[in-house]
Amino acid sequence: MSARTVLTVAGLTLREASRRRVLWALAALTAALLGLSAWGFSRLAGVETDFGTLTSGQARLVASQLLNLVMFGMSLIAALGTAFLAGPTLSGEVESGISLTMLARPVRRSTVLLGKWLGLVVFGSGFVVLAGLAQCLVVQLTVGYWPPDVVGALALLAGQTTVLLTLGLLLSTVVSPMASGVVAVGLFGATWIAGVVGGIGQALGNDGVARVGTVSRILLPTDGLWRGAMHSLQDPSALAQFGVELEGFPFLSEASLTAAYLAWTVVWVAMVWGLAALAFSRRDL
Amino acid sequence: MSTADAPAVAGPGDPAVRAAAQLVRDLPPSPALWCDGLRKRYGRRTAVDGVSLSVGRGEVVGLLGPNGAGKTTVIKMLLGLVRPDAGEVMVLGRPGSDPAARAGVGYLPELFRYQPWLTAAEVLELHVRLAGAHVPEDERHGCLELVGLATRAGDRVGGFSKGMQQRLGLAVALVARPELVVLDEPTSALDPLGRADVRDVVLSLRQRGVAVLLNSHLIGEVERVCDRVVVLDRGTVAASGTLAELLGRREVRLHLGSVGPDGQARLVAAGPVEREGEWFTVGLPAEDDGTTVPDLVADLVALGVRVHAVEPARISLEERLLGILRAGSGDRS
Repeated sequence: MSARTVLTVAGLTLREASRRRVLWALAALTAALLGLSAWGFSRLAGVETDFGTLTSGQARLVASQLLNLVMFGMSLIAALGTAFLAGPTLSGEVESGISLTMLARPVRRSTVLLGKWLGLVVFGSGFVVLAGLAQCLVVQLTVGYWPPDVVGALALLAGQTTVLLTLGLLLSTVVSPMASGVVAVGLFGATWIAGVVGGIGQALGNDGVARVGTVSRILLPTDGLWRGAMHSLQDPSALAQFGVELEGFPFLSEASLTAAYLAWTVVWVAMVWGLAALAFSRRDL
Repeated sequence: MSTADAPAVAGPGDPAVRAAAQLVRDLPPSPALWCDGLRKRYGRRTAVDGVSLSVGRGEVVGLLGPNGAGKTTVIKMLLGLVRPDAGEVMVLGRPGSDPAARAGVGYLPELFRYQPWLTAAEVLELHVRLAGAHVPEDERHGCLELVGLATRAGDRVGGFSKGMQQRLGLAVALVARPELVVLDEPTSALDPLGRADVRDVVLSLRQRGVAVLLNSHLIGEVERVCDRVVVLDRGTVAASGTLAELLGRREVRLHLGSVGPDGQARLVAAGPVEREGEWFTVGLPAEDDGTTVPDLVADLVALGVRVHAVEPARISLEERLLGILRAGSGDRS
């Protein structure tokens, strides 16, 4: 009964996403990004610099960096899309009155919330995986570069989307639909910047500044997951090549994620989801 | 531990067990809806203050009261949509805090909105699934037919007018074979034809033994379909009872000529009298055995009064409601 409700609501959420044209807007944005990047990457192979034509090795190196950059754009689209879908889907339904009849049925509010969350996770992760895979194929076809760990990278990007939409759900139980989307995306951006600041701190050997990145990565795991995904996407020789000069560069990640950090991310999602469920079940409709 | 050590358990055929089962069967069924001492504050404002009411199985109860009396808040607390600060709720024999209690409940809220990206038929399908019921498609379609939306079953709800959405809401409330239907202002967006349809639906529900709690501003509707009425005013129950109890006072209007002091005295003896020219209105006692009016007329004739007309008059629910509410505000001022 409960599992049936979860699946019903998850299916409803997916149907909403597909019928509300969010899906089409996302698909159009993604197609544009893929097309532009395909054009850019195809130009890269024959590019002439002051030092002559790029060797295939150099081109691969630059491609792996550019891939990280484009993937960041992709994850930003996913973040915006899911955060602005997660907020309205919950508090928007409460405000409009759609929830009244649904929650007067023999269902627990936490069950309905779980269904919504599951639907959004499938939607967000599905988008990230499909778009990310397409991007990797574009790079493979144009430059001949295939990242070392595509599966891991896409899983981490899907995790990043899940973290952000869980935050969006929690916020939408407290503030208005639009505000919850804005705040979630704002926090996402702030954590990314804090991560960059922390990286610079690390490069300069300033522990205080470096800690900014570490703390923000623990408070909101989106940036940590993003760095893990970057690490799985970039050419392993890149670090060895640029190592010292480019320490702190925002599109280069020095280390893969630890199991402890991944475990913390799971705990973080469970905790924030639990808070959202608590807030939602206590709310007067 | 061997089975010989286990305490003896009475089997289903045991006379004591059968007697107990019979006892349980003979118990009166729990009310469809029951609440006691419901209280809700929003900040410093008390919206509902100690409301107790019950709706019996198969009974149609009207909830009346002015705007802001707390009717919708009471309904939402009964359905677990708003958390009461105090008080108890039982729905179809289960505590209101248990979601399973609402398995047999259909609800049309005052603020009726349905997923605009779904079709009418899909909305019904969704609610049947959420209710955990199994309702075949033709029965679901029958529900849409009942509310006049059969031809729009495949259209997106986003394109529906307010009146059509309210009709859809009625179908949603009815679709999962409910034992209790809660209708909060079910005719607010409907034309006179739609109102008549809702009245027919409520009457047919009563015929099928489905309990109904009806909140409506349209006193005439309530008077026509409800067995019992609960009047809320400023968050408390101002009056409640069957229509006969609430409207217990009946009146008789008499057109009289040549009324002398003796005639006047006879009229006053029958009940409270109001006079407008030659028309006299006499309030009758509730426990009238049918002799008061003939006796009065016979006595008046004997006293030389000329009797031109005798008309029974009945207090409408509207007048009674206004009386209750005015008396309530009089008490407080």
